Amino acid sequence: MAEELTQAERDLLSQIAGLHGMPEGAFNIRRDGELVERHSSANIEISTKTGEPGIDIRIAPGTKNETVFIPVIVTQAGLKDVVYNTFYIGEDCDVRIIAGCGIHNDGHAAAQHDGIHTFHCGANSRVVYVEKHYGEGDGDRILNPTTNVHMDEGAVCEMELTQIGGVTSTIRDTNATLGPDARLVLTEKLLTHGHQTAESNMKVELTGDGSSVQVISRSVAQDDSIQVFNPLVIGQAASRGHVQCDAIIMGNAKVKAIPGIEAASEDAVLVHEAAIGKIAGDQIVKLETLGLTEEEAEQEILNDFLN
Amino acid sequence: MLELKDLVFEVPATDGTDTPKRIIDNLSLSIPDDRFTVITGPNGGGKSTLAKLIMGIEKPTSGQILFDGTDITQMGITERARAGIGYAFQQPARFKGMTVKKLLDLAAGRKLPMLACNEYLRKVGLCSASYLTREVDKSLSGGEVKRIEIATILARDPKLAIYDEPEAGIDLWSFDRLTETFRDIHEARDGRSIVIISHQERIIQLADEIVLLRDGRVVDAGTPTEMMPRLALSARGSDGCPLTEPTELHLTEIPTTC
Ligand SMILES: Nc1ncnc2c1ncn2[C@@H]1O[C@H](COP(=O)(O)OP(=O)(O)OP(=O)(O)O)[C@@H](O)[C@H]1O
Ligand SMILES: [Mg+2]
Repeated sequence: MAEELTQAERDLLSQIAGLHGMPEGAFNIRRDGELVERHSSANIEISTKTGEPGIDIRIAPGTKNETVFIPVIVTQAGLKDVVYNTFYIGEDCDVRIIAGCGIHNDGHAAAQHDGIHTFHCGANSRVVYVEKHYGEGDGDRILNPTTNVHMDEGAVCEMELTQIGGVTSTIRDTNATLGPDARLVLTEKLLTHGHQTAESNMKVELTGDGSSVQVISRSVAQDDSIQVFNPLVIGQAASRGHVQCDAIIMGNAKVKAIPGIEAASEDAVLVHEAAIGKIAGDQIVKLETLGLTEEEAEQEILNDFLN
Repeated sequence: MLELKDLVFEVPATDGTDTPKRIIDNLSLSIPDDRFTVITGPNGGGKSTLAKLIMGIEKPTSGQILFDGTDITQMGITERARAGIGYAFQQPARFKGMTVKKLLDLAAGRKLPMLACNEYLRKVGLCSASYLTREVDKSLSGGEVKRIEIATILARDPKLAIYDEPEAGIDLWSFDRLTETFRDIHEARDGRSIVIISHQERIIQLADEIVLLRDGRVVDAGTPTEMMPRLALSARGSDGCPLTEPTELHLTEIPTTC
């Protein structure tokens, strides 16, 4: 079946999911709104949803050291793909989920993918979720991901959401509720250029005692692009929250960051920091003294900032 | 060989007058190959400015800079770096997201083996390999950043290295290790020259030549033996804010093994 994919499509897959050929274990690869190939494993069952487009991914309790790949590629102009993917992660799991969407659009009509991902993380489970979004081509490319996370007692989740460039417009909604002792690390990295726009809304509710969240947002806005961030952390229990937004602006780009914290419990400790600025001149000069040109210096600084 | 000829650096006046402020004043100085030079002098005397003029970070108002016979006065920073000049900043930059390893790789101009990186860190008294994966951001202490800055120049290994107050903010143990490192580089005598801007007697003692810079001018120069008494005198003799007399450090009992 791998033959069915064109070289361009394979390149997209490797960009967003680091895939070269079909992965081992459980995976589901979707192209232009249709299934390309799916594979379940002994512990991870992937099935088609009834009633709405998308899949259910059920991970058996106690599943350790397994990875699920669910990348999506869109190459058809004018296609608007909406998909609901729901993860049911049992108790005591330790799994990695690699998602992502690559759009290649050379057409006049926009290509759009709206992925709604919902995670139910069982008690004491450990989940690493990596999602990369990437676009290329001359046509408009739109990605509107929604991520909903429900974490049971003691669950630990690390989410790394990255938009590595080429996405014309995006509205990203991320919602999480954390039970007792649950811990969420939410890292979002965004790169916009040209006339692109990006909006990221996050709402994290700390409902259980001992729960904690760390939101790390790093972004680079180049050219005439615009980014808006609205991270909100609500502490409803004896919990801890830390929100950190760092943005580098270049050219005529604009970034607005409105980090919010709401404490509804006197034992909630919430902190937010936001910093927006251009690349520090002393960083560029330092790298120039190491023999890099100004352009090379800028590129290295941005790469590492978004690593 | 570096030659500075009648170097002048002026900045626009800040006091409302038309007379520009002269920071480097008709300075001429030669630094031959294999030479270990220490530039010392009161705060604000123009030492860092001179270093920045040599590196190309500032451009002189007039005068000439020659490096190995080539006029580099109009060259940019990158070109001078590639020609073999290196500068360890007095106040190093910090980089969010960049690891120490990456910075050392950029400095060396290639991917360094882990072992080599550890060796550079060891030379500045950073004795834990765990530093390599740390980010060069504000989570590092002042002394750590300063030593990493020095390590980048060691990794770069330029023909002419300028270290701007390498001792500043560094603990006695690391300082001891650092002086050894400078001595080793010097003793190799492989055509490299070291310029250290310093107020430390221990470093001054290592030098072939001490240059005293005040008000943007070379006011005295000589060997350590000649200069030590004169430095103490000139510090005492100056009005206003005097340099304290350099105190002898006793570091021999402090362990320096990693
Ligand atoms: N761009 C500038 N504009 C205005 N004044 C400047 C500029 N650069 C340097 N100066 C001034 O020139 C003088 C020399 O500064 P410089 O940093 O070279 O001193 P220094 O000898 O390195 O001092 P220190 O021992 O404190 O490091 C100082 O009075 C400083 O304020
Ligand atoms: Mg200085």
